[in-house]
Amino acid sequence: MAYLIKGAHVVDPQVGLDDVRDVLVREKQIVEVSECIEAPEDAEIIDGSGKYLVPGLVDMHVHFRDPGFEYKETIATGSRAAAHGGFTDVATMPNTDPVTDDGAEIRYQIDRARKAGLVHVRPMGALTRGEKGESLAEIGDMVMEGASAFSDDGHGVQSAGMMKTCMAYVSQFDRVVCAHCEVESLSGNGVINSGRAATRLGMFGWPPLAEELEIWRDIELSRSTGCALHICHISTAKGLELVKAAKAEGLPVTCEVTPHHLFLNDEDITDTYNTNLKMNPPLRKASDMEAMVQGILDGSIDCVVTDHAPHAKHEKDCEWEIAFFGTIGLETSLPLMLTNLVLPGKMSWNRLVEVMAINPRRLLRCNPVKLEAGSQADLTLIDPKREIDVTESYFQGKSKNSAFLGAHLTGAACDVLMAGKHTLIDGVVA
Amino acid sequence: MLSVKHLIDTTSLTADDITQILDTAKSFDPIVNGRSIKKVPALRGRTIVNLFLEPSTRTLKSFELAEKRLSADSISMGGATSSVVKGESLADTIQTIDAMKVDMFVVRARLAGTPQKITENTDAVVINGGDGKHQHPTQAMLDLYTIREHFGHLDGLKVAIVGDLAHSRVCGSLAPALKTMGAEVTLVAPPTFQVGDPSWYGCEQTNHLDDVIEDMDVVYMLRVQLERMEGAAIPSRREYNRLYGLSLEREARMKDNAIICHPGPMNRGMEIDAEVADCARSRILNQVNAGVLTRMAEMYLLLGGEE
Repeated sequence: MAYLIKGAHVVDPQVGLDDVRDVLVREKQIVEVSECIEAPEDAEIIDGSGKYLVPGLVDMHVHFRDPGFEYKETIATGSRAAAHGGFTDVATMPNTDPVTDDGAEIRYQIDRARKAGLVHVRPMGALTRGEKGESLAEIGDMVMEGASAFSDDGHGVQSAGMMKTCMAYVSQFDRVVCAHCEVESLSGNGVINSGRAATRLGMFGWPPLAEELEIWRDIELSRSTGCALHICHISTAKGLELVKAAKAEGLPVTCEVTPHHLFLNDEDITDTYNTNLKMNPPLRKASDMEAMVQGILDGSIDCVVTDHAPHAKHEKDCEWEIAFFGTIGLETSLPLMLTNLVLPGKMSWNRLVEVMAINPRRLLRCNPVKLEAGSQADLTLIDPKREIDVTESYFQGKSKNSAFLGAHLTGAACDVLMAGKHTLIDGVVA
Repeated sequence: MLSVKHLIDTTSLTADDITQILDTAKSFDPIVNGRSIKKVPALRGRTIVNLFLEPSTRTLKSFELAEKRLSADSISMGGATSSVVKGESLADTIQTIDAMKVDMFVVRARLAGTPQKITENTDAVVINGGDGKHQHPTQAMLDLYTIREHFGHLDGLKVAIVGDLAHSRVCGSLAPALKTMGAEVTLVAPPTFQVGDPSWYGCEQTNHLDDVIEDMDVVYMLRVQLERMEGAAIPSRREYNRLYGLSLEREARMKDNAIICHPGPMNRGMEIDAEVADCARSRILNQVNAGVLTRMAEMYLLLGGEE
């Protein structure tokens, strides 16, 4: 199959492109990028005028709940959500049931994703067996089956000694350790950021220090083991300062931020106790939120991820303290970035491509995708004028627990090619 | 008429709302405390469900008596008999009861925000009888009534709330209500019991009861939840009593006209010594009496009286 994307504004800082081009795709590859391409007879034409064409977007932090919690999401339904949101690649977290802690579990996810055929699923493996923080998972076995990175996401590895063993062991492979940073003796029973909101609503707080202390610890462990460290879903200004200092020293440390930590804060939690705003780490103070925006603009935060966390209705339609943590995100991530940062001119299209495609692909140790002949045809076409009302019926995934329900957003993916396959066609999942 | 449809928290109440509740409660005083037949037909034919999802004796009985005195039809459910314990969701429980056509829910819950969630599942009026560590507005109203009865006013009074503030829904409701009525509040507790962010209350904070006790018009002692001793926010009952307990020595330093309150049940010998609990300044039993009056007033005002 061949596609000719005509007249799109192509943005790819990897090849220095930021201009209108025609792009011809044949089978799985880009075969030509130039100012004007005559349409071959067998090529389907996709009108790119007024739109932006970028390397396929990557979300390196999602939960597809498969196996174990298929009532929330499956690899098939999660793949639909990813394609709908404009993504060609996602990295799935290993807190499935059973936990993804050996090669067979990695292979299962990759096989299921191939069957769904909508997005490249790049499973992450657990650092420790069962994510219990007690003994090493079969990390080498998982690398050989295609694991993209390693994480005990959902928990911090509580023992510093165990985390040091994990990072030292991973350092023999070319893989990143993704750290969910939370000292559980400090976060305790916390269900909301410590401080004013917790006091106002009468609930236990989850203090920034619980996150920052473990960020500091893991940076020091990166220094001592040489293992590349990626801080998951960073949420506090102080935590980001620690990452910046590590980067300035030249340590192999990176970090990611979610749209909800960029665009929401704990003052958005009102006495309606909207449980879709309950997440881990919690929504922080307004000043932390502003620091996150500054960080994603100035380069100190490397990528945007959603921490897509589907939960069934009955797990959210209840009292806050017993509601599950998390919000879905795949289908609102790009529209939120466009509406809040790119279209108002705060963030360049080049920077958007770095944080949503180039950097996460590099961190997952995937081959780069470039807007040039010979590259794999993983491409996202973005319509900056597309209007979106975020309602339950907008979502293609199985669960609807979005922190952004009710929002009106501008700009979204309209077409996606995943390895040359047209997975999103004018906003509709294939 | 109150400015609110439900009584969920005291932060939504205006000074006028609070004054209406206290004045209406006062009008019930001769009925409850003066007559042998303590009953009026004000809520005859109205149906009230006391949904107590957390064990309670005094608050539940106070509501039940208030309902009987107003001639309402009421039932009480919860604890071991409630379906919530069997795994039913809150929404299902409320919709089930709602289908039987009730006018009011009085709810006590372990989890913050439960009364608000109930309002989303029924058209009935909801009164919060205490939700988690969040709010306990009917306790605050009976406290204000008791204090106003003694001083004749609330504005300008200095009130110390002493004890486990971090876990206290009593403080969560009382401090804002006192502020609304023009009183000055000081929060007294060990650092491990202080509220997360006192700026929310806009109150003074101190760790030293002895520094402030002589200036106070009201010393309000909170119950220390013994089950919260685990995890060591304080080392022992004995040490708490030495540092923060209201002893006879401390009582003797209080202003001549100052009073002592406690929401009960008391841990005698811990936050309050037995002699102090029974002394002339103690208003603890007056609070219990005011509980019936103010709860009558709240239900009467929220259900629109006799129509």
